[in-house]
Amino acid sequence: MFKTAEELPDPRHSGPLTDRKHRRAYIVAVALMVALSVSFTAGILLWNNPTEPFSDGWWLIVGMRRDSLLTICLVALCHAVATIAFQTAVNNRIITPGIMGFGSLYTLIQTGTVFLFGAAGVNALVGVGPFFAQTIAMMLLATLLYTWLLSGKFSNVHIMLLVGVVLGGTLGSLSNFMQRLLEPSTFDVLTARLFGNISNARTEYLPYAIPIALAVAVVFWLWAPRLNVMALGRTTAQNLGLNHNVELIKILALVSVLISLATALVGPMMFLGFLCAMLAYQFGDTYSHRLLFPLGVLAGYTVLSGSYFILRHVWDAGGAVTVIVELIGGVVFLYFILRKGRL
Amino acid sequence: MITLTDVQKDYSSSVQIGPVTTEIEAGGITALVGPNGAGKSTILTMIGRLLDLDSGQITVAGHDVVNTPSKAIARVLSVLRQENHFVTRLTVRQLVSFGRYPHSRGRLTLGDERYISEAIDFLNLTDLENRYLDQLSGGQRQRAYVAMVLAQQTDYVLLDEPLNNLDMQHAVQMMKQLRRAADELGRTIVIVLHDINFAAHYSDKILAMKNGKVVQHGTPAEMMQDHVLSEIFNTDVTVIDGPNGRLAVYY
Repeated sequence: MFKTAEELPDPRHSGPLTDRKHRRAYIVAVALMVALSVSFTAGILLWNNPTEPFSDGWWLIVGMRRDSLLTICLVALCHAVATIAFQTAVNNRIITPGIMGFGSLYTLIQTGTVFLFGAAGVNALVGVGPFFAQTIAMMLLATLLYTWLLSGKFSNVHIMLLVGVVLGGTLGSLSNFMQRLLEPSTFDVLTARLFGNISNARTEYLPYAIPIALAVAVVFWLWAPRLNVMALGRTTAQNLGLNHNVELIKILALVSVLISLATALVGPMMFLGFLCAMLAYQFGDTYSHRLLFPLGVLAGYTVLSGSYFILRHVWDAGGAVTVIVELIGGVVFLYFILRKGRL
Repeated sequence: MITLTDVQKDYSSSVQIGPVTTEIEAGGITALVGPNGAGKSTILTMIGRLLDLDSGQITVAGHDVVNTPSKAIARVLSVLRQENHFVTRLTVRQLVSFGRYPHSRGRLTLGDERYISEAIDFLNLTDLENRYLDQLSGGQRQRAYVAMVLAQQTDYVLLDEPLNNLDMQHAVQMMKQLRRAADELGRTIVIVLHDINFAAHYSDKILAMKNGKVVQHGTPAEMMQDHVLSEIFNTDVTVIDGPNGRLAVYY
């Protein structure tokens, strides 16, 4: 049985895309998502603008909508890149940073401030300084937690997960307890802050958040070959010359930066990252992080901008975007767990 | 040469491996044998710096495995464990190409591609190179893993029970390919084996362990004796002359 040269896919090369069919599938997936994103972007910017085109008022409205788009872009970038890198580092494609207690930590910081300083505390959390303080607090705590968990005798993903879930639960009930003691009006102000909301995102942080997120994304891009090796698991990565524990801590520290940024901007989202990563794996079907990251970010942007467009401009319910995305993400998550039957 | 000096690993106060002091010479195949729990895999994974030592020192070709950067060790020594599970879907060729990572840092050159092809051909995987690992049988997958560590082009190759879950035919094929890797490619192979007859037939040296200590170290001819094997394995073993060498009979 001889194969002619034409039948062999460019003979004997190694690469993340196996053959022409695979390459075509990848390009089609990217093109499709780019097309969808562009149309949703145009829709969000231009649809239903009541003023006369190109007048001052028109530009004003477009400008406000542009800020929402930037927020969507940033949130998609943070969640997609962070989740893919996180899942690679812990060698598990089910768990996400959200599950490890990040959201609860954010809620606790918010609730704690309101509890201690009253409704005035809400205002104390506005501003660039507090934004950075929050981000750094979350980053430090996350990195400390992971380092502690991974350096001792618990160097085991399952125990780390268990501790993450228990920690999330503990922080959550602490917040819950403080919320019970709040006055109804203060509680109302707090609730409004805790729900992730793209229309109402704190856009004044964007000028700081965007460069930081981009810088972290660039670092992950440069680390992509290392991430590819990390995805093979601890022993194989060590055999190939990586110091697994050091790499793990480095990756987790950067992941916590991204998640903190996104959370401080629009509040906790548990399943968006899962959705982005899952779509990237499904469409990409490759080990290469240089191919997975763009797909994940595009998927996140498409999902977020699509739901934002439909909910805000078609159904007039802009506040519900993150709720709906989380609903979809949660259902997909359950579906995968049930189908796979294990973590 | 691999040198172990007073190497020790304490799992608990009652279970400890070592102290082990021994030398594994360069070239050929050295088989680690012994009963379950004797510490064969522990010693192998410590040489492969996958497990920390509690005390003692291990050097491989002059490199201390604890202090030398992992990157540098990866060009001298490769190690393959029993269970390999990847979350990513990989083809055989993609998996083998990862073996070049210590040299290429992810940027494959034409030279790398040639080493990858050679390793694949060496293990008779040429027709399967674009298949995904989850489409292969256990024996083929095992060969793909071995191809990866061969593509790493290290002088020392450590394998932890590579014959596990292989049937007769595939086990023999695997041992013949490892024999060729030692003879034709000049690799030093250290391998944990359960079957003493496989060890006797295919290896140059046998290192026997029991209760965490090295109890015997010698050529297959020296080891294939009734009293030696009976004592190592705590079982009555009779060694008889077979058509292709001495055979241990223990049932």
